[in-house]
Formats: sequence, structure tokens, C-alpha cells
Amino acid sequence: MSAPADKQSRAAKFARRKVVNNIATTMALAAMAFGLFWLFWILWETLLLGIGGLSVATFTQMTPPPNDEGGLANAIFGSLLMVVLATCLGTPIGVMAGIYLAEFDTKSWLASLTRFVNDILLSAPSIVIGLFVYAVVVSRFKSFSGYAGILALSLLVIPVVIRTTENMLQLVPAGLREAAYALGAPKWKVILSITLKAARTGVITGVLLAVARIAGETAPLLFTALSNQFWTSSLSEPMASLPVTIFKFAMSPYENWQKLAWAGVFIITAAVLGLNILARVLTRTKI
Amino acid sequence: MLHTSTTPVKTKIAVKDLNFYYGKFHALKGINLEIPENKVTAFIGPSGCGKSTLLRIFNRMFELYPEQRAEGEILLDGENLLTSKEDVALLRAKVGMVFQKPTPFPMSIFDNIAFGVKLFESLNATDMEERVEWALRKSALWTEVKDKLHQSGSSLSGGQQQRLCIARGIAIKPEVLLLDEPCSALDPISTAKVEELIVELKSDYTVVIVTHNMQQAARCSDFTAYMYLGDLVEFGATEQMFFKPTRKETEDYITGRFG
Repeated sequence: MSAPADKQSRAAKFARRKVVNNIATTMALAAMAFGLFWLFWILWETLLLGIGGLSVATFTQMTPPPNDEGGLANAIFGSLLMVVLATCLGTPIGVMAGIYLAEFDTKSWLASLTRFVNDILLSAPSIVIGLFVYAVVVSRFKSFSGYAGILALSLLVIPVVIRTTENMLQLVPAGLREAAYALGAPKWKVILSITLKAARTGVITGVLLAVARIAGETAPLLFTALSNQFWTSSLSEPMASLPVTIFKFAMSPYENWQKLAWAGVFIITAAVLGLNILARVLTRTKI
Repeated sequence: MLHTSTTPVKTKIAVKDLNFYYGKFHALKGINLEIPENKVTAFIGPSGCGKSTLLRIFNRMFELYPEQRAEGEILLDGENLLTSKEDVALLRAKVGMVFQKPTPFPMSIFDNIAFGVKLFESLNATDMEERVEWALRKSALWTEVKDKLHQSGSSLSGGQQQRLCIARGIAIKPEVLLLDEPCSALDPISTAKVEELIVELKSDYTVVIVTHNMQQAARCSDFTAYMYLGDLVEFGATEQMFFKPTRKETEDYITGRFG
């Protein structure tokens, strides 16, 4: 063996590998810095401008007319109500469809079709969903309503939850399923007590991400729930929401509206950030 | 049954002209085999010879996969389990199985064992606690986990997890216990514990074990079947198989001259 020659070429190769490694690391770090730069700038701006508009009145008073004192109470309540109800409507459907795709029917044409349609729905612009609900519900009943808003938002929740549920269930090792079947457990029991339980942190994360997504959606609500200057808990009336209020207020020339818009932006950002952190914590904790 | 007392070894599972297919692949070719009751029977042979496949037919595990199919007869206490009208869940309650990799369920140690029991019996809290303790004692795990029954099953070490899986299997009081390479992921100490356990278990159960470890087969089995490429080459008492095999192929495999 020509050991010295080998050693030399090895050293050269190793040096080259080190250089390539350093370049790759630098580029990865630069990409991360680029992303974080914008993210922190957005958060910083939001914090700066949002906190300024924030006061007790923001949470207790209704949206005001231009150049008047007021808050966002009706918008916060409307957003909360519609997001919660849309999640309650969309999650069971999404989880059950995800279970169907992962546990009952992985390969048939129906499953492939469902997956395909779901992917389209997942990437459909939310304004399309808003217009669809407008055409189907709002124009038929001749009224914007909280119900229409909930429907539009739940249509955004469903595809996200289907996708995450299916993916998370597929990550459950086949051995775990077999072990449960080997004990004589019926299929529904295996799914409910074993696979869904094993995948539950992932499924919950998916639901929380869906909530975070719909919390900031404006377009689907613009055509469905519209907005409302006053407090209402009736879902058959137009209902205020944070994103639509922000949209309206931020575009206005009135200074007090603009301030409230920033406060609204801050509230949504803080809520979504909180949800994401919650999702992280839930994924980390075991059993 | 009366006639059992006259024969020294009663057959628990009789395999008759069994053929098995993975889609078009003919994985088991005309297997005939009688597995005696309250004994340990080991299946040995190189990878891909069909040992695990055969084992997974005994509890109809293969039915989870629609492209797999078995032809022939497997008589459990004289009744063909492949064509039985009995619910497959009840068959699996009688024929338990432990897999190669430990598979603790995502729940506490206690619930891991109670899960299977609850499927077939409604015990009150005290009886359930007794059953769990009994199963854990039986699988030599009790002293190690008795103070942390409500911790997650996956917090245990690999060897403990495997004994937990065995405890889970015996807690539902099956008649037959199928072990598919139960020690392949374990260290020597855990392996020794599981092997001791296997020998102990045969007083109550009929044990069938698939193993790649010749010494393990020699140590803890009463009967051994050597399989190769989907054929059952030789079946007999373990001692005879290891010291005086009738077939040259068996001898070559056991003494390590295989291939």
C-alpha cells in the first residue's frame, strides 16, 4: 500500500470538506438571520405601535366612530366567538377525515381523490373561500352573518387538520398498531386508545396552527361576517372581528382608528404567538 | 378431554398442508407441524425463511394486510382457526403475541396492562390492581416498577419495556403465547431474564418462539423446527435436533456451516 500518498490525498479531501462545510454553515446562518431580521422587525413595530394604542378601554368599549374614544371589545369578542366555533366545527370533521385516510382507506381511488381535493383546499386562497360562502350563504339569505363567517373559517380549518392528522397517524409505528390488534382490540379501540393517543400531540399542534391561521384571516370574513359597529352575540347578524376591523381602521385617515388598528394587530400577534408557544410546549411534553 | 391423559404430549396447534402467499410470492410451502401443549417450541432458520410468517398466522395477524393469504388448516384444540366463525378478537385473546421491538402503548405502565384486560373482562378496581400485579410479577418486572405504575410505559428501559409487553400479553390469560424474536433488541441481562421467564411460562401456556439465536433455542425450548426458504426442513425434540439432527441441512445450520 502507498500509505503516504493516501494520507496526503485524504488530508486534501478533508480540507476541502471543511471548506464546503463552513460555506454551507455560513449560508444557512445567513438565511436564518435574514428571516429573523424581518420577523423581529415586524414584532418590534407591532409592539411599539400596538402598546401605544392599548388601554383598558380597548377591551371594554365598542369600536368608535371616527375621532371619538372607544375600544375593540366587540371585535375581540366577535373574533373569539367565530374562531372558537369554527374550530369546534372544523376539528372533528378534519380529525375524522384524517383518521379515514390514515387508518381505513390508504390506497383506494376515493382516498387519493380526497387527498387531492384536500390539497387544493389547503392551498386555495382564503378569498376564494370567502366568495364561495358569500355566494352560497350570504346572497341566499340576503344577510351577512356570524354563521357565514364561522362556515368560511371552518372551511379553512378542515384541510389543515385533515393533513396534519393523517401525517401524524402515519408516523405511528406499525408495530404499535399490530401490538394492539394482537391483544384482540377492535379497530375503533385501536384507533381511539392507541394510534390517536400516540399521535395526539401532533394532532393538537395541527389544530392550534389552524386556529392561528384563521385568527388572522380577513378576506373570508369580509364577504361573510362583514363587521358590526356594535356589540352582538347573535350569530345571524353581521359580526365584528379583529382582522376586518384592523383592515377598515388602518386604511382610514382618522388617527384614533389607526391607533386602534395597531392595538388590534398587537392583540392578534400576541394571541397567535401564544398559541404557537402552546403548540411547542404540548409537542415537547410526553404522556 | 379424556384421551389427553393417555398421550404424554397433547397437541395444541396442528398445522396441516399450510401454504401462505404475500401477493404472488409463495412464502410457506406445505407446512405440516404439531405444536405440543405446555411446551416451548422454537422456530429457527435464516432470515426470510418464513418463521415469523408462520407465527403471524397463528393469531391471524396477517389478515391486517389484504394482499396476504393463507391456505390449509391450522387446528387450535382441533378447530380450524383459519375458517372459524369465531371473532378474530377472541382468537387473539387465546393466542397472545409479543413482537421483536418493544411496543409500549402511549399510556402508563398500569394502563398498558389494564388495556388488554378491559377488552375482555370487567374487573373492579381491586381485581384489576391484583391482575396487573400478577402479570408484572409473572414477567419478573414487579419489583422494578411497583413504585412507578403511573409513569409512562415508554419511560422504561428496552428490556423492561419488552417484559412489560410480555406482562401485557399474559395479563389477558391466553392459552398460547407467540414470541417473535423477543430478545433481539435486548442486552444479555434482560435476555437472560426473558429466557427464564419463557421457561417458567410453559407450565401455564403453550409457548412458540421465533429466534435467530441458536443458544437461545437450545436453552429454553423443548421442541425445535428448522425452516428454510418456506419449507419446514426438520422438526423434533430440541435435544435431538441439536445433537443428532437427521437432516444434513439442519446440522449445517446449527453448527454454523450454513451457506
